[in-house]
Amino acid sequence: MQLKRVVVTGLGALTPIGSTVPAYWDGLEKGVSGAAKITRFDASRFKTQFACEVKDFNPEDYFDRKEARKLDPFAQYAIASTQEAVEDLGVDLSELNTDRIGVVWGTGIGGLKTFLDEVAGFARGDGSPRFNPFFIPKMILDIAAGHISMRYGLRGPNYATTSACASSNNAIIDSFYLIRMGKADMMVTGGSEAIINEVGIGGFNAMHALSTRNDSPETASRPFDLDRDGFVAGEGSGTLILEDLEHAKARGAKIYAEVVGGGMSADAHHITAPHPEGRGARNVMQMALEDAGMTVDDIDYINVHGTSTPVGDPQEIKAIVDLFGERAFQINISSTKSMTGHLLGAAGAVEAIASIMAIKRGIIPPTINHFTDDPAFDPRLNLTFNKAQKREVRAALSNTFGFGGHNTSVIFKKYSE
Amino acid sequence: MSDIASRVKAIIVEKLGVDENEVTPEASFTNDLGADSLDTVELIMEFEKEFNVAIPDEQAETIQTVGQAIEYLEKNVK
Repeated sequence: MQLKRVVVTGLGALTPIGSTVPAYWDGLEKGVSGAAKITRFDASRFKTQFACEVKDFNPEDYFDRKEARKLDPFAQYAIASTQEAVEDLGVDLSELNTDRIGVVWGTGIGGLKTFLDEVAGFARGDGSPRFNPFFIPKMILDIAAGHISMRYGLRGPNYATTSACASSNNAIIDSFYLIRMGKADMMVTGGSEAIINEVGIGGFNAMHALSTRNDSPETASRPFDLDRDGFVAGEGSGTLILEDLEHAKARGAKIYAEVVGGGMSADAHHITAPHPEGRGARNVMQMALEDAGMTVDDIDYINVHGTSTPVGDPQEIKAIVDLFGERAFQINISSTKSMTGHLLGAAGAVEAIASIMAIKRGIIPPTINHFTDDPAFDPRLNLTFNKAQKREVRAALSNTFGFGGHNTSVIFKKYSE
Repeated sequence: MSDIASRVKAIIVEKLGVDENEVTPEASFTNDLGADSLDTVELIMEFEKEFNVAIPDEQAETIQTVGQAIEYLEKNVK
């Protein structure tokens, strides 16, 4: 069987530094931080009182009041970024064979706010089971994929992927495989997350996973800095529309980049700590390269998982240096989480968009908030500190790793015939 | 219009996102006001909460129009 080539033909983003792809990219290029004091709830009793919230998102721009009420924020965000991506396609989806267009959508946690509200309501009551009939269909992780299919009449493969912070990379990889294998002409994919609420922040705080730099939220996400102290919670959504190259050419589509390889692996080590030798991370990048038929010399940029935690950042870099050898010192590496915070299940999607735009524009978005070198990182590495750098990017590799020991890598390549 | 009737109508307008003048006594939740089965369950729960009554499932199944809801509540709300 001849494998199909797969290209990216539509993008949509709703992020803490921009609510559209152009606004998001502008924020990345300028090195803007999306972190600020939490507005979603009163966080004054929490160890962490800031996060990267989506700004100026108005559900009524996308839904009538009745519809909005039935959607958890994670699904609202999914539909918002997907609307931008669909409009970006340059074709009305109803003119295509929608039996061959599917949706695979990633989320790490799903409708946490809905779960919180319903369970808290039950706990306050007298024990009688009064639950809203929309509780379950608002909360479940697959519902964003379902809503997207209903909104656009997409009858192809449809499901959710979940692997914590790797969720949307898994969605992208599955979508890539489905098209490559001829199971769909087009896939709407990506991921969304909305966990900035009492239980989301409280839960991650209890794990000591979040930065507690309350006096300076905008400098808290500082991957690879000596004084990094945890990740900054983010929220939002990213949508990529992947398409069979021949299908895209036949309709004269604009092509952002080609998807050429995916890798998936497990650390098989610990629920939250990465493998001490970075074994899973090394394997997953190698698998993606092999899948793409590439070598390390073909990669010019790595958008790292790089969450700004004391333990996670060095393991990933160790894995890169192990696998890339001398090439590790010739490429650009950056963590855009320094700007967006950690979008968890949406991280892979928004970072894929950053990687694709880096290829498209020939600009590497920076790792902002670098103040003090950490001797754990070889000074020969170009971690793209503080300012965007111009560079022709032939191919970019985007990593995301998730609690549970899940690792994913996706490779995007500049499109050429 | 009785107090109960106006409160019932307000709940329907809010939950189903319909215009007030569509909420006539004959209007059926599912056929005229665009409710699905889950919307109907939610409406009944809202009536229970608003009027502090328990509507048993077998009774709830007989409440399919605005008028039936008002009539039931006028009889059962103390």
